[in-house]
Amino acid sequence: MSTVPAAARRWAPPPLIQNPWLRHGLQVAAAVYLVLALGSLEVNWTRVVDGLGRGWQFVKAFAPPDFLSRRAEIVEGLAESLVMTVTSTVVGVALAVPVGLGAARNLTPLPVYLVCRGIVAVTRTFQEVIVAILFVAMFGFGPLAGMLTLAFATIGFLGKLLAEDIEDTDPEQLEAIRATGASWLQLLNYGVQPQVMPRLIGLCLYRLDINFRESAVIGIVGAGGIGATLNTAFDRYEYDTAAAILVAIIAVVMAAEYASGIIRRRVQ
Amino acid sequence: MPASRDGLLRVEGLAKRYPTGDQALAGVDLHVPAGQVLALIGPSGAGKSTFIRCVNRLVEPTAGRVYLDGVEVTALGPAGLRRARRRMGMIFQEFALVERLTVMENVLSGRLGYVGFWPSWFRRFPPADVATAFAVLERVGLGEYVDKRADELSGGQRQRVGIARALVQDPAILLVDEPTASLDPKTSRQIMRLIAELCEERALAAVINIHDVGLAQLFVQRVVGLRQGRIVYDGPPAGLTPEVLTTIYGEEDWSQTSRADDDEDGGRGGLDEERLAGLR
Repeated sequence: MSTVPAAARRWAPPPLIQNPWLRHGLQVAAAVYLVLALGSLEVNWTRVVDGLGRGWQFVKAFAPPDFLSRRAEIVEGLAESLVMTVTSTVVGVALAVPVGLGAARNLTPLPVYLVCRGIVAVTRTFQEVIVAILFVAMFGFGPLAGMLTLAFATIGFLGKLLAEDIEDTDPEQLEAIRATGASWLQLLNYGVQPQVMPRLIGLCLYRLDINFRESAVIGIVGAGGIGATLNTAFDRYEYDTAAAILVAIIAVVMAAEYASGIIRRRVQ
Repeated sequence: MPASRDGLLRVEGLAKRYPTGDQALAGVDLHVPAGQVLALIGPSGAGKSTFIRCVNRLVEPTAGRVYLDGVEVTALGPAGLRRARRRMGMIFQEFALVERLTVMENVLSGRLGYVGFWPSWFRRFPPADVATAFAVLERVGLGEYVDKRADELSGGQRQRVGIARALVQDPAILLVDEPTASLDPKTSRQIMRLIAELCEERALAAVINIHDVGLAQLFVQRVVGLRQGRIVYDGPPAGLTPEVLTTIYGEEDWSQTSRADDDEDGGRGGLDEERLAGLR
């Protein structure tokens, strides 16, 4: 029991920045910067008023979405995107699993680890659009380049996350399997796989999602799919068709999201 | 083989220095005859966990030799090491069951050293192995839990599965790492009694790391005290006088420490580091 009266003991959390000069100086500097920045803006209000009207025209051009006049192209583009998505995910996962195993420090000797981490780093360095431009130049326009781009990106994404998940597995469970005299493959099958499988399935479904969305983007640089269709629609100023394509993309993404949510809950 | 005279397990000058610089073992010599149940006691960080992990080379020793049945375990290549590990059943503090596998899969994983990759992948173990697994599960009192997932069991039940997994290996010796540190006092006694009984039934030797000196005294024939990686006591459980306990653990009032000592804490600190170092 303390004998000091309660009022005598006050407490406040320590400030984030200890030095009071620095603390208050930063606050003043932030305020001055804000005032100067706002002062440097030159807003031409008459142009803003004009532009509002034109902006509204632009938005109105999207409504209502026109699914019918370019129906065949939309269906074909969507089908192509879906094929690209599924094939690239399957190929990407098949390549990413060995890379992920190799990039897990607790399973692999150092040289293999470094090589696999290198593969992961290279495939993650470049954004999909850049890779797509490269593959379009190498393999020509069309979905093959798109499929290869997405598979390539999947390796880095899944390889890295799988490796990290493997490194987070309970080391005692792995020790126990090794202590029985199990081989390395048996260790994977009995010690690692049960621990990482739910998350691996979740990641694959998530990547399927991403690959579909990315397929729309890389289509714009010539890698086929719904992105190419969307690009054409904009080039022709057919905003109502473009709106229809956007709605279709949203519908597919939401359906995939919903389905993967159900599956992920099941595999826990 | 000269094994029977020299002891089933023979350890000579075993030393381990971790890359961090910690000298976990500093030259340990130990002979364990067939069928002997031995308790390894000592303060946290004394090297108990490292010792049993060096015996089956989950942790590579930096110096010294380990012989099992006359075979030098420390000289074996990968295939030979796997064969030697089959003869050493290991039981863990936190049970180390693969949580998402069923009880039966966990027990059968004790046969992995005997079964090829594809049969184990398809869970097609030889009928004799499956029969053994059923019999062992019955023996440890888990006959009805065959298809339960390991994470559905209580602590005591999980440790029984861990024991069953070690037994189906058909081992000559059990390496037991703090089997009761995650269990309540009553379950601890039941588990220790079960291990002692099984060793008796099957003429198994055992090296049991344990913090609870009183519990150790109840169930073992021999106690080895480890301090800072060296053996400082080797004798019968009755010989653990307050002076001896002071040598092992350091100054403390030991007069009350005979049977009902509930020292449940400790044993975790240095272990995670040791485990990490052991996984490669």
